Amino acid sequence: MTTLALKGLSPHLTYLLRLADDQLILGHRLSEWAGHAPMLEEDIALANIALDHIGAARALYQHAATLHGDGLTEDDYAYRRDTRDYLNALLVERPNGDFAHTIVRQLLYSAFALPLWQALMTSSDTTLAAIAEKSEKEARYHVRHAGDWFVRLGDGTGESKARMDAAIAALWPYGGELFETDATLAAAIEAGVAADPAAIEPLWRDTIEAAFDESGLPLPDRPGRQTGGRSGRHTEHLGFLLAEMQHLQRAYPGQRW
Amino acid sequence: MYTQALNNLDLAPDGTDPREARFMARIDAEERIEPNDFMPEAYRKTLVRQIAQHAHSEIIGMLPEGNWITRAPTLRRKAALLAKVQDEGGHGLYLYCAAETLGKSREAMMDELVDGRAKYSSIFNYPTLTWADIGMIGWLVDGAAIMNQIPLCRCSYGPYARAMIRICKEESFHQRQGYEQIMTLAAGSPEQKAMAQDALDRWWWPSIMMFGPSDSESVHSEKSMAWKIKRFTNDELRQKFIDATVPQAHRIGLTIPDPDLRLDEETGHWQIGPIDWEEFKRVLSGDGPCNADRIAARKAAQENGAWVREAALAHAEKRKARAAEPIAA
Repeated sequence: MTTLALKGLSPHLTYLLRLADDQLILGHRLSEWAGHAPMLEEDIALANIALDHIGAARALYQHAATLHGDGLTEDDYAYRRDTRDYLNALLVERPNGDFAHTIVRQLLYSAFALPLWQALMTSSDTTLAAIAEKSEKEARYHVRHAGDWFVRLGDGTGESKARMDAAIAALWPYGGELFETDATLAAAIEAGVAADPAAIEPLWRDTIEAAFDESGLPLPDRPGRQTGGRSGRHTEHLGFLLAEMQHLQRAYPGQRW
Repeated sequence: MYTQALNNLDLAPDGTDPREARFMARIDAEERIEPNDFMPEAYRKTLVRQIAQHAHSEIIGMLPEGNWITRAPTLRRKAALLAKVQDEGGHGLYLYCAAETLGKSREAMMDELVDGRAKYSSIFNYPTLTWADIGMIGWLVDGAAIMNQIPLCRCSYGPYARAMIRICKEESFHQRQGYEQIMTLAAGSPEQKAMAQDALDRWWWPSIMMFGPSDSESVHSEKSMAWKIKRFTNDELRQKFIDATVPQAHRIGLTIPDPDLRLDEETGHWQIGPIDWEEFKRVLSGDGPCNADRIAARKAAQENGAWVREAALAHAEKRKARAAEPIAA
């Protein structure tokens, strides 16, 4: 099976793939916890959230494949694209680290995803609107789960607070990319397909500030400057993730599994 | 002690505890024993040991399967495997709760697991080397587990029996999913079919051994049968599994790795060759290929998660203290 290099995609398709890639990569990261979480309840919760993300990714890839034509399937997008053609935000590919890193990454992302899905429920792309409606319900739980842990760990012990400080310092720089607009996104917004991140950022900020406030952790005052994922310029971590994920499809191309 | 004196007073003239006779009468009448009912200490101990072993098997079982979540070959398979591993975590949770109704804490059980005092199903001490191993665990390992577990839905201890009803429904779904996965490989390319056969070669005998030693060798069987914790002997269950599984393998063109396998026309049962009990003992006693890795992974999860559990407790305490503070004027 050859690598799928996607050139000249429409803004609409690019937008769907950016959304789907966020979901798949974050779901993949969370799935790495299965069997290794700090308590059995979290093994189950993190697997559950991972399943929500992977489920959303599948719905989005299937929709993209229908628009795309050429007989592509959801698996072609997931298993045949290389690093430079993945369009997820850098935040979601950051490694799990300790539980504090996983929770901070999840809150930064879920606090963005919830208002995003809410906005997309009125997208002119009715399939996307239907996916958003389902995902919005799931995202409410994701925000609550990550938010509760954010407060517990920030307020808990000296050690948990120190770990949260370190996780925030490491991941905050990746938050800003979620709200960037480029020409592709601007065109998708113009077409009524995509949601405008400028309208989402204040809602994200409300959720994040409330969590920082309740946890007693200091809110960083610098902006997040790490960027590149939306145009396929990733951190070094994504290549390893894809090598692992795509291993069987690459080793035994073109088979049914 | 007062309670002891009271117990002594309860003894019948022949020195036996009349509650034991009532307990056995209830068992014989197929009544369910509930957590607050009287039960002999040996019954309680047997149940705690068995339920804890079962719970440990579920959470250790998450490891060899979890191994392949990130490498599942399609998104559909990835989601199904992740859901299966999540189900196993859920089974572990109900079972630890069922054992807790008998007075042993989950923490104590977890400690016994990581320091090697508690046992779990030996099957999970074998490695998952290829994708076919994931299908094989569903088809054979979950298939064998169901044979053991369906009669447990009628176990005399209520909380365990009720937990088993839900667990069996999910396990039987996993078994069908595993068989479908192997069927797909067996019908695939020559490489895929070879992958499925190789996995069957490696998992068949360990699955057969999952039913435990032969009836003549089994330490716990007799008492458990009398107490209706157990309803069938190890050998009876093993034979049921073999009879169900051999035709399934033949149907998809796979070969059972046993040169002595033959159908006994008279009884209608499949007869297998001799089981290598030395291997069973070796793996059970800690020298299987993955025993050390499995325990190390559980230990790491427990140790790496300690600060999280401490923080959650500390936060809960602080919240309680804050709620109790008088509101400043």
